[in-house]
Amino acid sequence: MSTTYLGLPTFPQAAASATKDTQLRANLRHATHTIRAKRAAAVAELADWAELRAAGAAVKDHTLRHLDHYLLRLEAAVSAAGGTVHWAADADEANAIVTRLVQETGESEVIKVKSMATQEIGLNEALAEAGIRAYETDLAELIVQLADDRPSHILVPAIHKNRSQIRDTFRDRMAQWGRPAPEGLSDTPGDLAEAARLHLREKFLRAKVAVSGANFMVAETGTMVVLESEGNGRMCLTLPETLITVAGIEKVVPTWQDLEIFLQTLPRSSTAERMNPYTTTFTGTTDGDGPRTFHLVLLDNGRTDTLADEVGRQALRCIRCSACLNVCPVYERAGGHAYNSAYPGPIGAILTPQLRGTGTPLDASLPYASSLCGACYEVCPVAIDIPEVLVSLRERVVEGGEVTRAGVRTTIRPAKGHAAERAAMRAGRWALDHPAAWGATQRLATRTRRLHPRRLPGKAAGAWTGSRELPELPARSFREWWRQREEQAGGTAGRGPGAKDGQQ
Amino acid sequence: MSSSDGGSRTDSRTEVLRRVRQALGGTSDGGAPGEGPARGYLTVHAQRTPQERVDLLAAHLADYRATVHRTDAAGLPAAVARLLAERGARSAVVPRGVPREWLAGLADVELLDDAVPLTARRLDGVDSVVTGCAVAIAETGTIVLDAGPDQGRRLLTLIPDHHVCVVRAPEQVVDSVPQALPRLDPVRPLTWISGPSATSDIELTRVEGVHGPRVLDVLLVSP
Repeated sequence: MSTTYLGLPTFPQAAASATKDTQLRANLRHATHTIRAKRAAAVAELADWAELRAAGAAVKDHTLRHLDHYLLRLEAAVSAAGGTVHWAADADEANAIVTRLVQETGESEVIKVKSMATQEIGLNEALAEAGIRAYETDLAELIVQLADDRPSHILVPAIHKNRSQIRDTFRDRMAQWGRPAPEGLSDTPGDLAEAARLHLREKFLRAKVAVSGANFMVAETGTMVVLESEGNGRMCLTLPETLITVAGIEKVVPTWQDLEIFLQTLPRSSTAERMNPYTTTFTGTTDGDGPRTFHLVLLDNGRTDTLADEVGRQALRCIRCSACLNVCPVYERAGGHAYNSAYPGPIGAILTPQLRGTGTPLDASLPYASSLCGACYEVCPVAIDIPEVLVSLRERVVEGGEVTRAGVRTTIRPAKGHAAERAAMRAGRWALDHPAAWGATQRLATRTRRLHPRRLPGKAAGAWTGSRELPELPARSFREWWRQREEQAGGTAGRGPGAKDGQQ
Repeated sequence: MSSSDGGSRTDSRTEVLRRVRQALGGTSDGGAPGEGPARGYLTVHAQRTPQERVDLLAAHLADYRATVHRTDAAGLPAAVARLLAERGARSAVVPRGVPREWLAGLADVELLDDAVPLTARRLDGVDSVVTGCAVAIAETGTIVLDAGPDQGRRLLTLIPDHHVCVVRAPEQVVDSVPQALPRLDPVRPLTWISGPSATSDIELTRVEGVHGPRVLDVLLVSP
C-alpha cells in the first residue's frame, strides 16, 4: 500500500526530535490551548451536550452494527439520484478507480477539498504517478503542499507553521504551481489569505474535475454532506463538471434526521463555532446546478478489520473533529508528524494501528503514544473511549492474538522488543490476583522508599526516566492509611475496600 | 453501480460486504434494522417568542461577521439599493424568482438574471448577488439556501464577492437545527451559510473572506 511509511521512525524516536523544536512546540501550545478554551465555551452553550454526545455515539454504533444494510441502502439512493458508486477494498484499489475516472474525462489536473480519506490512501501521489496534478485548495493544505510538507493536525494541518514561515513558502513556491504571490507580500494572515484567494481562483474557474471527501453520507436519501469554512469546498463541489467523492464506509448515517445531532456537535467540537461558515449537501446530480457527473468511491482500507474488533470498532464512530488532539498532552509536545499517519493525536493512536495493523515498529508504537490521562475521551463528541482502545491495542502488541487483516482472520505473534513488558504484565496480573502478595509488595515498597533511585536502571526503563523523575512513593499505602483512619475513628462500621488487605 | 477496476480483482463490492458481515458475526441481526437509537436531546434550547427568535438570529449572524440589517416590506427596495451602493456595485446577479419590487430602488446597476446560465468566469466579473433563502436558524446564526427560484444555482452565491440575502422574518426563522432539517428537501442542493467565508489556518487568526463572498449582508424583513 502506498500509505505504509516504510523505514520511518517509531513514535518515540520521532517525538524525541519534535520535542526539541522549540518553534514547533510554541506554535502547538498556542494553537491547542486557544482552540481548547473556545471549544469549551461553544459546548457549554448547549445544555443537552451530554445527550447529543450519547445520541451521536448510539447512532454511529447502530449504523456500524447494520453497516451492510446501510451501505446497500446508500448505494441504491446515490444511484437513483444519478450518481455512480464504486467500492474499494484498499488504498491501491481506490487510487486506481479515481485515476481511471479522471483519465476518462481527458483531464490532467484536479482540484481537491481537504479530505482525510484521500490523504490516508495517498491519492495525490498516485495521481502524480499517472501524470495527473492534484491541487489542494484548503488554505492549510495549500501551505503544506507548496512547502512539500505533511499535515500535522486534522483540522488545522499547517498548525506547525507560523505566519512568516507561510509567507516565505508563498513567496518562494506559488509561482511553480500557478499564479505567483503578490509582490512584497506581508506576513499578516489577511494578506496571506488574499494571496491564496488569488492563486486558487484561477484554478477553480478552469477546473473540470474535483475530488472531495464527505463528512456524512445519508443512507435513506443518498445525500453527501461536506462541512468547511473557506468556500473552497463549495467551489470544488459546484464548479467542475465531474465530482469524485472518496469516503470511508463508516461515514454513512441512516437518516436525514440524524444530521441534527452531528451538525450540532461537529462544528462546536471542531472549530468551536455554533456552525461552520459553509456546509454543502447534495444528492447525486442536479440538472443545471453543479457537476453533471458524480462518482462515489466507498473505501474500506482496514475499516472492516477495525469493525471486527469488538473493543476497537468504536474508533469508527470518529467524525474527525480533532478535539482529542487539542487536549492531548502528548500531541501538544510531540506534534502531528510523529504519528506518521493522516490521523495524528489520540484518535490516530487508535485508528492507525487498526487500519494498518501493528505489523511495523512504528504502528506497534502508536498505542503507547499516550499517558492514558483520559482527556480525549472527555471531549470526544461521539464518546470514543480512547484509553480503553489504547490499552486493548497495547495488549495485542505485547501478547499477540487474533485479529482480522484485509478481511482474513489471523493470529499475530507478540511484537518484538516487548519481552520485559510482557513479564511485567504477567507479574502485575499475578500480584493483582493475589491481594496478600500485592499488599506485602506495597508495604515493602513504602518502607524502603528512601532507598529508591530517581532513575530506573536498564535501557528501556532508563529511557522512560530520561525525561522525568520517578514519582516519590508515599509513606503509607492507601490501604494502610484507610485502616489506620478507621482504627483511629474507633469504628468498625463502614470498613472500606482495603479492609481485607492481606488477610487471604 | 459498478465496482472494481479491471477483471483481475475479486468484485470489491462483494468482498467489502463479505468483510462487513464477517466482522459483525454474531452481533448483526442480519436483517433490516429496527428502530434507531433513542434521542434524549432537545429539539430547541429555549422557548422564544418570534421576536426573540429573530433577535437571536441577528445576534448570532453578527457574531460571525455577517452584517445584519432590519427593515419592512416597504423599506426593502431602498435597503437593497443602499447595500449595493455601499459596496460600489455596478453589476449584480439576481435569480429570476426574486420579486422585482426588491430591486425597485436600484439605479445604475447592471442586473443579470441567469436566464441563460452565466459562466463562472462571467460571474467572476459581477460585483454582487441578491437572493432570498429557504430557512434561517437562530441558535446557530445560519441561513440555508436550497437553490429555489429566489436563490438560483449554487454558484451565483459563491463567485461574486458580495451577497445580499433577504430573510422573511419571522416566518422563515426557526430556532434550531432539529427544526430546520424537516423544512428542507435533501434532494435539492443545499448551502448552509453561517457568516462570510473564513479561515483560521494561519496561527488560528480568524480571517473573513477566503473564497466565498467576503461580505455577507443579511436583510431581516418584517411584513
